[in-house]
Amino acid sequence: MLKIEKLCCNYKQIIALSDVSLHINRGEMISLIGANGAGKTTLLRAISGLQNPKSGNIYFENKNITKLESHDVAKLGIAQIPEGRGLFSILSVEENLRLGAYIRDDNEIELDIEKIYSQFPILKEKSKEYAGTLSGGQQQMVAVGRALMSRPKLLLLDEPSMGLAPIIVEEIFEAIKILRDSGTTIFIVEQNAFLALSVTDRAYVLENGRIVMSGNSVELLEDEGVKEAYLGA
Amino acid sequence: MLKRYNINRDILTLSAILIIIPFFFQNDFYYEIAIVSLLNALICIGLNMLMGYAGQVSLGHGAFAGLGGYIAVILGSKYGITPLFSIFIAVVTMSLFAFIISKPILRLKGHYLAMATLGIGIIISIVLNVEDELTGGSDGMSVDSFTIFGYEFVDSLQWYMLCSFLLVFTIWMFSNLIDSPFGRVLRSIEGSEKAANSVGINVSHYKSIVFVISVVIATIAGSLYAFFSGFISPSEASFSHSIELVVMVVLGGLGRIYGAIIGAVILTILPQLLTSFEDYQTLIYGSIIIFVMIFMPKGIASVYEDVKGRLFASNK
Repeated sequence: MLKIEKLCCNYKQIIALSDVSLHINRGEMISLIGANGAGKTTLLRAISGLQNPKSGNIYFENKNITKLESHDVAKLGIAQIPEGRGLFSILSVEENLRLGAYIRDDNEIELDIEKIYSQFPILKEKSKEYAGTLSGGQQQMVAVGRALMSRPKLLLLDEPSMGLAPIIVEEIFEAIKILRDSGTTIFIVEQNAFLALSVTDRAYVLENGRIVMSGNSVELLEDEGVKEAYLGA
Repeated sequence: MLKRYNINRDILTLSAILIIIPFFFQNDFYYEIAIVSLLNALICIGLNMLMGYAGQVSLGHGAFAGLGGYIAVILGSKYGITPLFSIFIAVVTMSLFAFIISKPILRLKGHYLAMATLGIGIIISIVLNVEDELTGGSDGMSVDSFTIFGYEFVDSLQWYMLCSFLLVFTIWMFSNLIDSPFGRVLRSIEGSEKAANSVGINVSHYKSIVFVISVVIATIAGSLYAFFSGFISPSEASFSHSIELVVMVVLGGLGRIYGAIIGAVILTILPQLLTSFEDYQTLIYGSIIIFVMIFMPKGIASVYEDVKGRLFASNK
C-alpha cells in the first residue's frame, strides 16, 4: 500500500535520512522505532508532504506521491496525527472533529462524530470546549478522533505516547487497535520501543537516518541488540 | 487569543452608537470626518481578516482602494456607466487582479505578500500619476454625483447613513462567515497551518480567497470615498495611506473585528484633533502610537476585553 524507495532527506548540510526503504501492506500495523534524532519524524514529514526529499520515491497505492503537497496527500486518504498533536486549540472539540472530515462530502459525518463520542465519552462532555483547554490525554483523543474523521486508508501516528500518563497511553492504544481491527492500515513512530513492538505486526529500526533492522515485532522484542539499545534490558 | 463575541448584542450596540452620534455633529465637517472614519473602518475589517486570520500583511491596500476608486470613476465619467454598476465592475476587476497576484505569492511561506503588495502599490501610484489623459495625473479628477437607482446622494447625512449601513452589514456578514464552515477553516489556519494542511486544507488557496475579499472591500470603500468627496487624486492610492491602514489594524487590535473599527476611527480623528499643535502634530501623533503599542501591545480592543472579562468574573 505504501512503498518507500531509497529515500534521502537533508536539512541543509545535515543528512537526516539516507537510503531508507520500507513497505507497508494493506491492513498491517507497522512501527518505526528509534532514538531521538534518528530521523523518525523526518520520515513522516516526507510521507505527508511537509518535507521535500532530496532523492528517492514514495508510492501510495502505486501512485508516486513524493512531490505532492501535503493537502493533496491528505486527500488521497493518508491521515496524520502529528507530534504534539497539532490540534486547533482555539476551536472547540467538535469543530476539530468536523475539520477532520474536511475532505469528505458524504452525509455520514454526524454518524462518525457519534462513533468517536461513544469511543471517547469524555469528548462528548467537552464537545463545546476549546481543544486547547483539555488535558494532554484528552487532546490526544481529539487528535485520534480528528484523524479518524477523514476515514483514512493509512494513519500515521507520531509519538502517540509522548508526554502522557501510562493509563492514558493504554487507552489511546486500545483505540488504535480497534481501528486496526476495522481495517485501517497504521504506521506508528514511537520512542517507546516496548510499547510499539508489543502492538504492531512488523517494525523497522531507524538509527542515524538508516534502517538498521526490520522484521516481525515479536522477534524484534526478543532480539538481543534491540533489547540492549531500546528496551533497557 | 480570539474571544467569541456575543455578536448580535455587539452589532446592536454599534448600530445604536452610529444612530446617536449625528446628534452631536455641529457642522458638515464632523460628518466628513465620520464618513472617512467609517470607510477606513470598512477597509480595516477586510485587512484585519487578512492579517488576523491568514497571517499576511498587505502594504498595498491604500493603492487597491485608490485604483478601485479610479476604475469606478473613469467608467462613470468616460463611458457613462451608472455609479452602482461601475463600482460593481471595479469590484470584479480588482478581485481578478488580486487573485492573479496572490495565487503564486501565497504558495510561498513568509511575508512575500507584503513585499509584493508594497511593489504593486507603488506601481499603481505611479501609473495613476503619469497616465494623465485617463486619470488627470497628479491634479486628480472630479467625480459625478452618486446615485442609486436614480436616487441622488447629496447631503452628508445620506452619506453617513449609507456608510454606517455598509459597516454594520459588513460586520454582520463577517460574523456569520467566521461561524460558518468557511470560517472554521480560517480559524484552523490561524490556529495551526501545518495541522490545517494535514487534514487536507489547501491553506494557500484560502489565503488567496481572504486576500481577494479584503481587496473587494477596499475597492468598495475607495470608490465610495471618491463619489462622496466628488474628487479623486493619486494621493488616495499613496503608500502612506496603505501604511496608515495597517497601523489602524494593529493599533486597534489584530484579529479583533471591533479593534479594526476603533483603530480606524481613532487614527482618522487624531490628526484633526492635533492640528492645533501645528508643527508638533506629527511628533505627538507618533508618540501616541508608540505609547499605545508599548502599553497595549495587543491593541486597544484588548483593553476593552480585559475589562469586560474582569467584570464578568466578579459577577460570578
